[in-house]
Amino acid sequence: MLLLLSRQAAAGRPTPPRQRLALLAGRAVGAASRRLGRGGGTAVPGLVAGRIAPHLVEALGRASEHGAVLVTGTNGKTTTAHLLTAIARAGGLQVIANPSGSNLERGVVGALVDAAGQLGGLPQPDGSVAILEVDEAAAAAVLPRVHPRAVVVLNLFRDQLDRYGEVDSIAQGWWHALEADGGGPTLVLNADDPSVAQLAEVARGDVVTFGVDDRGAALRAAEHAADARFCLCGGTFEYDARFIGHVGHWHCSSCARARPAPTVSARHIRLEESGARFELVTPRGSLELRLPLAGLYSVYNALAAAAGAVALDLRVEAVTRALTDAGPAFGRQERFTVGGREVRLLLAKNPAGLNEVIRTLAASGPELHLLWLLNDGIQDGRDVSWIYDADIEVLAGRVRELTVGGDRASDLALRLHLGGLDASSTRPGIRDALDEALEATSEGGQLDIVATYTAMLDVRSLLAARTGRDAYWEARA
Amino acid sequence: MTLERAIRAVVLYPHIMDVYADRGNLIALRARCRALGVALEVANVGLGDPLPTEADLVLIGGGQDAEQRRVAPDLFERRDTLHRWVEEGAGVLAICGGYQLFGQAYRTGAGDELPGIGVFDVTTVAPPLGWERCIGDVLADSLVEGVGEVVGFENHGGRTYLGPRARPFALVRFGHGNNGDDPSEGAVYREAIGTYLHGPVLPKNPALLDRLILAALRHRYGPDESLPEVPGDEWAVRAHASAAEVARSRGRPRT
Repeated sequence: MLLLLSRQAAAGRPTPPRQRLALLAGRAVGAASRRLGRGGGTAVPGLVAGRIAPHLVEALGRASEHGAVLVTGTNGKTTTAHLLTAIARAGGLQVIANPSGSNLERGVVGALVDAAGQLGGLPQPDGSVAILEVDEAAAAAVLPRVHPRAVVVLNLFRDQLDRYGEVDSIAQGWWHALEADGGGPTLVLNADDPSVAQLAEVARGDVVTFGVDDRGAALRAAEHAADARFCLCGGTFEYDARFIGHVGHWHCSSCARARPAPTVSARHIRLEESGARFELVTPRGSLELRLPLAGLYSVYNALAAAAGAVALDLRVEAVTRALTDAGPAFGRQERFTVGGREVRLLLAKNPAGLNEVIRTLAASGPELHLLWLLNDGIQDGRDVSWIYDADIEVLAGRVRELTVGGDRASDLALRLHLGGLDASSTRPGIRDALDEALEATSEGGQLDIVATYTAMLDVRSLLAARTGRDAYWEARA
Repeated sequence: MTLERAIRAVVLYPHIMDVYADRGNLIALRARCRALGVALEVANVGLGDPLPTEADLVLIGGGQDAEQRRVAPDLFERRDTLHRWVEEGAGVLAICGGYQLFGQAYRTGAGDELPGIGVFDVTTVAPPLGWERCIGDVLADSLVEGVGEVVGFENHGGRTYLGPRARPFALVRFGHGNNGDDPSEGAVYREAIGTYLHGPVLPKNPALLDRLILAALRHRYGPDESLPEVPGDEWAVRAHASAAEVARSRGRPRT
């Protein structure tokens, strides 16, 4: 009944002139920027539109019949939003999404610009849902403005401390924003990350949790990049199993807080070279699944998307179909064929994410050909210290050819050397480094590329140009 | 046949005070000791763990306010032993939050005061509301003999001021240093070094790394010890040069 009312209200309301102007301006800027071949094609339209009509972001909530779902956390936002979008589409919904990687407020407004009609009208809300990835540091500000129906919170790891200051302040920001939001969105929370699971305590609406129920997938030794250490009560978190950093089966040493039993979980996980098999357990039954994305972190992203689908009341069949057919999100385990070589592109921009990439590589075979790229742009993090927090040593003895590149190639080469991997070539220029790495890979072989965010954008556009694939502003979730 | 020389390093709170890759300092220390033929024994000391009776080198990294609050009382309990080691000439490398706690005191944003152990005559205050954190690339000239130019990355809210008995570790050419008002960076007392530099600092500042190993060897075997002539790591030299270039091109010029 409520849904019906809001639909009629939205459909019957013409787009206010200022918002129409803003959306038109955003569209025009986006088109111009694309013609110029500028990478800014994803962020600028939202920025311009937001300047003209500052309250545009609030319009998102009513621009879609089923409301907005925000996806936030340190790692996995793009892939989770991508998977949830696929599930929603398989369930018959229209999806309004923000362009990949543009996840600050301007990116959220950009989603509206993209969905707006030719004449700048707000999109018709019938049968649609907005699925938006939001930067973990921007989420606290965006949340009260969008009034989302659901918020998916993935994890909280150290990332770009030069930009965000301290990890604790991000967790506090989420906490206060959720506590203050009278709308009471459904919270979709990672049961295995204590700093995320504890947000259930401020939930005003329903809570859906997800987690891994397979101790066989646990790390044998604790990774160094563990960030949640202390409970709200002051106790210390202890673990029966750790899966990624501080994510695992946790409980507090001194109070009753503990990992909740997840609503949606994965059992019997088998990690393969290019995918993962597991049993997906949901409140509506369980099923066997083969996810075509590698690594335990991909299993977590799939679980988060499935839990998001539960929050949206989507059918289990839609979940299975979408996850089984899932392609990679932009630059995340994307594959290219270049000159007879298979190229796999792996984004790694913080220690926890890099550890997962390293685990995935280690499972891929003993004779790796690697191109490793480290940039220090604002989106990568100016401070490159974080490469020391990842467990590079795991790869020692598994790499046959190593080429290192990017703005901070020398810093990376030193870190890898100390971890037991000596580069055969160090090239700051990404084009040179790519050529060199392809040269060092024999025909028919595979080259794995590990890259930080801006390095991924650069190397991907080179690969796309050589394989005729879409440039990045067109590669949509 | 010469017997292999050995040193013992104590790493304080390795799982708490490690906010930005400070464990890289231990990684570099291990590699350099191996190259120099010095056996390195490492003792990790967490909250409440006993300190070994002797140490030649002490490492402590950075941490957020919550973590500093945790370790401050535990560290304070150990101040007598730590002072004794410092007075005997053991090497110390205290980074960021660890450096602040090796000073006299740290007044937090909440207004309370965490007591430091006073190895360095410095006091740190959290900045008034609305002040920016000191974040960016650093290029500085060390006042410690033989160390020369140092590079790193700083990220701290607290402003540290030197007392009358403190000597700075370095003078910044680019970066904020202790407080952004004067050019001082870090502090030195005997062979103890406190600094805001992450990066981590030891891998790409090989002269500083050697200086600490030498201090540790002299603490163990006496003042006549020297380091064998082993050329510096070329990877480290290149990383140092690259980081210095970055600091020159975008670091905050000294005020």
